[in-house]
Amino acid sequence: MYSTDLRTDTEKKAQAVTASEDAALWEAFQKRIDAGDIIEAKDAMPEKYRATLVRQISQHAHSEIVGMLPEGNWVTRAPSLKRKLILLAKIQDEAGHGLYLYSAAETLGRSRDDMVADLLSGKAKFSTIFTYPTPTWADIGTVGWLVDGAAIVNQIPLCRCSYGPYARAMVRVCKEESFHQRQGYEIVTTMARGAPEQKAMAQESLNRMWWPSLMMFGPSDAASLHSSQNMKWNIKRHSNDVLRQRFIDATVPQAEILGLTIPDPDLVWNKEREAYDFGEINWDEFWAVLKDGGQCGKSRLRARRAAHDNGTWVREAAGAYAKKHKTRVGKAA
Amino acid sequence: MSDKNWFLYEVFIRSKNGLSHKHAGSVHASDTETALLSARDLYTRRGEAASLWIIKSSDIIASDPKDDSELFDPSDDKIYRHPTFYSVPNGVKNM
Repeated sequence: MYSTDLRTDTEKKAQAVTASEDAALWEAFQKRIDAGDIIEAKDAMPEKYRATLVRQISQHAHSEIVGMLPEGNWVTRAPSLKRKLILLAKIQDEAGHGLYLYSAAETLGRSRDDMVADLLSGKAKFSTIFTYPTPTWADIGTVGWLVDGAAIVNQIPLCRCSYGPYARAMVRVCKEESFHQRQGYEIVTTMARGAPEQKAMAQESLNRMWWPSLMMFGPSDAASLHSSQNMKWNIKRHSNDVLRQRFIDATVPQAEILGLTIPDPDLVWNKEREAYDFGEINWDEFWAVLKDGGQCGKSRLRARRAAHDNGTWVREAAGAYAKKHKTRVGKAA
Repeated sequence: MSDKNWFLYEVFIRSKNGLSHKHAGSVHASDTETALLSARDLYTRRGEAASLWIIKSSDIIASDPKDDSELFDPSDDKIYRHPTFYSVPNGVKNM
């Protein structure tokens, strides 16, 4: 549901220095990109392009997988059978998105095992949004509405990115994501139009999730030093700030219709720009969360590790079944 | 933690009878039976399929992009293979 470069500035600089390569390959490759060519798995590509994509796609996959945790936590407490069924379907979709994306990353030569190992060891990053807790049912609505809404804004341009397998995975993801956003908005609508306590709960959730949702688009363009290469390679088609603005402009009217207030006193419609002006994002918080996900981020990883360990017997049983089946087939033949 | 004994399978979906199977993506599984079930769970949650094919990725024989020009360019200079190459006298209808 999310995909921006999550490396810290130090990591970006270190990787930029190590990437020196055959100039001829870079030039030929850039020509293909500029001509609008789609790059497929076995095509020649600069190692830096490959590495950038493996990192971005695997982080994206990890975010889908980790994104199941806050929602899974609410399955048993969903307020009705209908909501429970919808939530289960959404969680299953998120698992699916993770798998599409791991497959896309694998076409670049990294195994799924290795990528999962990086997530479990804490080496790989996942979206900062999942390091925020979801203590109320309204949060499940807000996550669908804002987090999946932000994800759609981020992901639609990726359907046309230069790497074919990633673009195709994004087409599938985007189709499913729009159900996620609508079901979230429906939960928020029901609460905003319900009892005063329900509306207050929806507002309180919006207050907590608004700014972290804006941070999902990554650092401001001024601070995002290395996104220009990704733009050149058509991995990224719009800057972080452009996408963030697009999300804000689409979302503010949705809040107004429900009588909910965006928690930003500086938010105002700018007639000349035909866009909303908005307040300063707390970038210290963003960088702090990116560096260390805090208590909630750590608990997400603990839950992932436990799920992986507790699933060991399933993987072993599947392996044993396959082995036994193969032996039987062998004997019959 | 490795699932190195698992295989990668490519998944092909026929969305409805009358159409060809089309590549949808891939799944990891330890055997074909599980692969088919996983493919069903992963790629057909919204009525996408009337039929599924799976094949071990390692069994696919693919052309190498390095050979692209050798393999595919020669067809570009045989424009006489296309009907538009030929002119038809005025007055001839429906050819």
